[in-house]
Amino acid sequence: MSSVASTHDVVSHGHSDAHHEHHHHETFISKYVFSMDHKMIAKQFLITGIIWAIIGGFFSVIFRLQLGYPESTFPWLEDILGHWAKGGKLHPEFYYALVTMHGTVLVFFVLTAGLSGTFANFLIPLQIGARDMASPMLNMLSYWFFFLASIIMVSSLFVQTGPASGGWTIYPPLSALGDASLGSKIGMDLWLVAMAMFIVSSLLGGLNYITTILNMRTKGMSMTRMPLTIWALFFTAVLGVLSFPVLLSGAILLLFDRNLGTSFFLSDIIVAGKILPNEGGSAILFQHLFWFLGHPEVYIILLPAMGMASEILSVNSRKPIFGYMAMVGSMFAITILAFLVWAHHMFVTGLNPFLGSVFVLLTLLIAVPSAIKVFNWLTTLWKGNIRFTPGMLFAIGFVSLFISGGLTGIFLGNSALDIHLHDTYFVIAHFHIVMGVASFFGMFAGIYHWYPKMFGTYLNNTLAYIHFWVTIIGAYLIFWPMHYEGLAGMPRRYYDYSNWESFKMFGGLNEFISLVAMIVFAVQLLFVFNFFYSIFKGRKVTTKNPWEANTLEWTTPIRPGHGNWPGEIPEVHRWAYDYAKDGKDFIPQDVPVGDDESKHH
Amino acid sequence: MKDFFVVVIAVMIFIIIFQIAKASEYVSVLKGEEKSRKQNNKINGFMLITFLVLGLIGAWYCNHLYYGKTLFPQGSASVEGEEIDTMLYVTITITGIIFVITQVLLFWFAFKYQEKDNRKAFYFPHNTKLELIWTTIPAIVLTVLVVFGLKHWFLITGDAPKDAVVVEITGHQFSWDMRYPGKDSVLGKIDYRKYNQPSGNSLAVDFEDPASWDDIHVAANMYLPVGRPAKFVIHAQDVIHDVGLPHFRLKMDAVPGIPTTLWFTPKYTTEEMKVRTGNPNFVYEISCDQMCGQGHYSMRGTITVVSEAEYKKWLSEQKPEYFTLFKDKDPDANKATSDTTKTTTVAANMSAAH
Repeated sequence: MSSVASTHDVVSHGHSDAHHEHHHHETFISKYVFSMDHKMIAKQFLITGIIWAIIGGFFSVIFRLQLGYPESTFPWLEDILGHWAKGGKLHPEFYYALVTMHGTVLVFFVLTAGLSGTFANFLIPLQIGARDMASPMLNMLSYWFFFLASIIMVSSLFVQTGPASGGWTIYPPLSALGDASLGSKIGMDLWLVAMAMFIVSSLLGGLNYITTILNMRTKGMSMTRMPLTIWALFFTAVLGVLSFPVLLSGAILLLFDRNLGTSFFLSDIIVAGKILPNEGGSAILFQHLFWFLGHPEVYIILLPAMGMASEILSVNSRKPIFGYMAMVGSMFAITILAFLVWAHHMFVTGLNPFLGSVFVLLTLLIAVPSAIKVFNWLTTLWKGNIRFTPGMLFAIGFVSLFISGGLTGIFLGNSALDIHLHDTYFVIAHFHIVMGVASFFGMFAGIYHWYPKMFGTYLNNTLAYIHFWVTIIGAYLIFWPMHYEGLAGMPRRYYDYSNWESFKMFGGLNEFISLVAMIVFAVQLLFVFNFFYSIFKGRKVTTKNPWEANTLEWTTPIRPGHGNWPGEIPEVHRWAYDYAKDGKDFIPQDVPVGDDESKHH
Repeated sequence: MKDFFVVVIAVMIFIIIFQIAKASEYVSVLKGEEKSRKQNNKINGFMLITFLVLGLIGAWYCNHLYYGKTLFPQGSASVEGEEIDTMLYVTITITGIIFVITQVLLFWFAFKYQEKDNRKAFYFPHNTKLELIWTTIPAIVLTVLVVFGLKHWFLITGDAPKDAVVVEITGHQFSWDMRYPGKDSVLGKIDYRKYNQPSGNSLAVDFEDPASWDDIHVAANMYLPVGRPAKFVIHAQDVIHDVGLPHFRLKMDAVPGIPTTLWFTPKYTTEEMKVRTGNPNFVYEISCDQMCGQGHYSMRGTITVVSEAEYKKWLSEQKPEYFTLFKDKDPDANKATSDTTKTTTVAANMSAAH
């Protein structure tokens, strides 16, 4: 693992083309649109992700209106949604379309592409000391396939029968049969094609990240000297490359079932009074294919947040991350286990009970590396000298949410309890806290922390603090009470609970949750405003290393050009976490080890 | 008009917040970056510890408000569900303790070790002993939970007792249909190609199978005797549905082409539950728990749990579906053709609706 011999010649090659950004003229198109600079591609991913996040978040506000105020009508909804909200009341079919698109957009387009697309692109070359990605061309294509996927997905919102509406997990036969649901007509085909494009984008990106990390580290940057962000992004890319193709195959088979009359997932079906000829397929097979990606996907979303939180906690505690090797080891364990737990989403499908028991064991095993990470983060804070920058607050918030949401995973992973809790609001509370909001917190932490490097300006601090406090309080107010609804067995994906004797007593709570959701959404718009305003009008960064951090990105100029370092790429002499060592506040990675330095790492 | 004012007010709040934020940035520049950073640090450190305290109080208050509504105080309505409740309480206790300890440490450390001029961070990169402790303790705790969980899991997913009442439940967009095996205790075969043959055969029963001749078809409401195990044979006709039984702490998917089963023993009759919950409208509901299309939220079935005697009486009043679909085979109808309206069963109504 510590062999770095292969990187040396890459570095010496890098030296020869130093300053090359001055040599050729850049047009607007080549600099901002079809850019091959990893930093610009990262910004493209980030800004596209932000636009998607606003869309996906807005969807949730609309369907929360229906859940919170099932008796009311909102005439302005008809103005923007037309026949989907006749008389100001959301149509159930479109309610389900909104729920489906909210999930799809936030899981894939925001927290996968927007999160690892942004930070893998931005941080990998800067933190390992490379001038760019291994293949800038594939990197550019990765963004443009994502863009294409986005266009197709957006276009599905405008077809007459509406976008896909079978839930983001698109289980057939519902998603396979146009007769079963309006959203399973053309909207579903567009969904599948968009996701196929998305997967291509993700694979191009992932292969590039892995190749770059393995081959292009600067001199001295052994694997065990890499910042934890890079380790996290590395494992994320490995997960994506090995699991996304399985979803692609599932999506293609589903397209065949829909359009070519095959029976991969269909058998013994009577729909809308018609007896279908399909025989011999299995609806459960699709769930296996879907969750073989679907579960690793959770960690694809979570690992980058973990990596960035680790880095930011260490920098702002002015202390080394506690248990670096244990952190890497636990991420490795999570990566392996992520492939072996998918059927815990299927405990109530009639799964063989013995097989179920194996998945219980493997699922709960994940709690061990997760616990190690939590205790290591806590120990990192212990006896630190902590600066509450906005990034740091979001990192602390991430740890808090990861604990809260992770612990409820112990309920759901245990099949006997899952029988009661499966597909209830308990699940909604669990995954929104642990992978939704927590990953968003990781992403916000990353944005606040690396914004000065991205744009050469700071975000407004006061807005940042308001953003943090309203978001963390709001997130807990929204999702904490949902556990109680779930314990009562209240099912997910219901348009209206008022006719149910068992669930209607939560009407008041649903209204409260909807109200908080709207406030939290409004505050996210405040963040978006801050983001775009500060690019142009934000306080200028005046020092190279504003957070006094050790990693290499802070050795580049304040606004690095294409190629990152104007001169030679710095050589690395130590790990990334020499904070508070030998009485020195911090020692950057490119500082040679002194003769009098104590040997700790 | 009201909506318009809401938007205007929201925009104005935005502008005010933005102006304050801009002003505070100027102030911090005037004050000096270092000084304003330290001030922010103090404020946020204090906020973090306040958040912890208010958050823990809030968690308690939330429990106070909603615990009663979860139906856990009343206990499980099935014998098997009791063990699930016990496990749930054990899991809540264990995770609750870990939750409080870790959250307190997180926010307490953040507050206590906030930046101070005279403080030096402690260089503490790793400690094998500590790391081993927090690897082994979670592993042991989880092993205990897994062992208990799997014990219940194998009980619940195991074979139903021999004396169980068998009921077939079939989901389709967007309602449930039940079928009882009748006197021979055997359900007639189902062949989806027999759908609507003859007209009204909505469950696609193969009536060439003699076992089907005494089967009873009822819609939406199921009767079960209290204290006797009940086994469901679960079908779906069109898309995946799920038989959700929150009061019995159970659920199972209904998958087209792949029949599934579940079983449980009801502990209380519906009337007893009305007293236990203090809700005169109480009814055992079957919720569809798997997204099945635009009417998913309205796919409601009910179960009426009654005493064994009442159940037997109810069952004897039901007419086999075979006789409603093949009127010429019905001995009663042949005897008294003039009085058919009286003997029309729920099933016949159901078929007529189709």
